[in-house]
Parts: sequence; structure tokens; C-alpha cells
Amino acid sequence: MQLEPSYFTILSAILFCTGLLGIFLNRRSIIIILMSIEILLLAVNINLVAFSNFHGNLQGQIFTMFVLTVAAAEAAIGLAIIVIFFRNRGSIKVEDAEQLKG
Amino acid sequence: MNLFFFLFSSITVLSCVAVISSRNPVHSVFFLILAFVNSAGIFVLAGAEFLAMILLIVYVGAVAVLFLFVVMMLNIGVDEIKVQAKKYMFSGVLVAFILLLELIFSFSNLDVIYQKSNQDVYKLPNTHEIGNILYTNYFLPFQIAGCILLVAMLGAIILTLRKREGVLRQDISEQVSREKKDSIEIIKIGKK
Repeated sequence: MQLEPSYFTILSAILFCTGLLGIFLNRRSIIIILMSIEILLLAVNINLVAFSNFHGNLQGQIFTMFVLTVAAAEAAIGLAIIVIFFRNRGSIKVEDAEQLKG
Repeated sequence: MNLFFFLFSSITVLSCVAVISSRNPVHSVFFLILAFVNSAGIFVLAGAEFLAMILLIVYVGAVAVLFLFVVMMLNIGVDEIKVQAKKYMFSGVLVAFILLLELIFSFSNLDVIYQKSNQDVYKLPNTHEIGNILYTNYFLPFQIAGCILLVAMLGAIILTLRKREGVLRQDISEQVSREKKDSIEIIKIGKK
């Protein structure tokens, strides 16, 4: 029995929009924004795996593996930056990161 | 199969909503772990068993535990009432809703060309197939991914390394270059 392709795409669309909304709403701590980025990457991975299944080749799964690699590297670097930011400022609120005037 | 898909996907969506809306960051990390475990189930349903296990190992085993370490080490605690979130609520909901409508509209009439012929002839396990492709056709990207991980590891170590005053360390060159005449002195004791 085969699942419909639109199930996977709608699921990943909902997850992607949830992650995007998380970036907008959580202006208070950077760590939740990093988790939202992980949710975004997860949504993309679900799409890639689903289309790899429906097209019958493995390129999507290979690409998912590279996305996982980059996500792990990004989480490590981001958490290191959060640690030194907390060490300098004493909090990880987004409003405190204003030195770049962004 | 449909039942399992709806079970996994509804738990994933609900726990992702809980990640972005819970006030305690530790709860957010736990809901993130729940979302990853359930999406590993979705990967299994989509026929990617190896990637489901990789997702469990990499995300649940490494990334989420790293998040948990950082959240507990920084001692952030429960946030106060979200005053700041109201300011961005309208624009955020607007952007996310428009994007969701666009994605669902563009995905709803989707023609996927099924090509199942190639997999049924050589019925290898998923891990063997990925290994066959990854170490031959995608060898160079594989090496580059290894380099990215190395650079990320070095960057994380260098960023968080700090020299503190007052910590006793081993100085090897000083230890090796120590000589007998510097450190031993003969003192005559007794009557002269």
C-alpha cells in the first residue's frame, strides 16, 4: 500500500511554517531560534525523503544525509556562539545582541 | 500504514508547536526530541530506514543532548510573560499563514512520476543501496562533508576555549629542561 505524496508535502509545509513562526515569535532567547532552524531542516528532509521514495532513486536520501551533516555542524557552532555570548553578556536574549545595529 | 502516518505526523506537528510555544527551554528540547523520534517513524514509512536510524543517532543522540547541555549549563530558567512576542505576533502569523497557503496550493495538484522498477529488480536493503551510491558517485561530497564536520568541531572548540588565570597547568618544556644543578642543592648539616 502506497501513501499519497501530498501527505508528505503537506506535513512538511506545516512543519516549515511552524519553524518559521517560531523564529518570528521567539524574540527572547536565541536557543529557541536555533531549535526552530532544526525544525525547518527537518521539514526539508521529510520532503527530500518522500520524493526520493516516490521517484524510486536514492539521490534524495543522499542529499538528506548531507543536510544532516550541515545541521549538526550548524548546531555545534551556534551553541558555541551562544555559550560565549552568554559568557560576555549574562543573558541570551535577542534584544541584547544589538551591537551590530541589525 | 495510513494510520501510522497520521499518528506520527500529528505527534510531530503538535510537538513542534509545543517547541516554539513552551516557556521553559528544557521542555522545548524535550518536545524537539519527541518530534525527531516521530519523524524517524515517518522516514521509515517513506522507505528510508537507514536515514531514520541516522536521524535518531545524530539528532536525538547528539544534537538534542547538546541543546540540553547548553540549556542546563547556561541556567536560563523560565521566561517571564511574553510581552515582546506580541509585537511580532501579527507579522509572523501573517507570513507563516501566507507561506502555508502557497505551499499547500502548489503541492495539492502534484503529479509524481512513479518509477519503482529499478528497486524491485535488485532488492538490496536500503543501507546497502546508500552505501553503493555514496562511496562511488558521491565520493567527493562525502569527503567535503567530513571536512565540514572537522571545521565545525575545531570552530566550536576554539570559540569556547578560554584561558583562565590561576589554573595550574603542566608546562612540558619547562619540565623537560629542568636540570640537576638548578633543582638540587647540597647543604652540609652537622658540626664543622
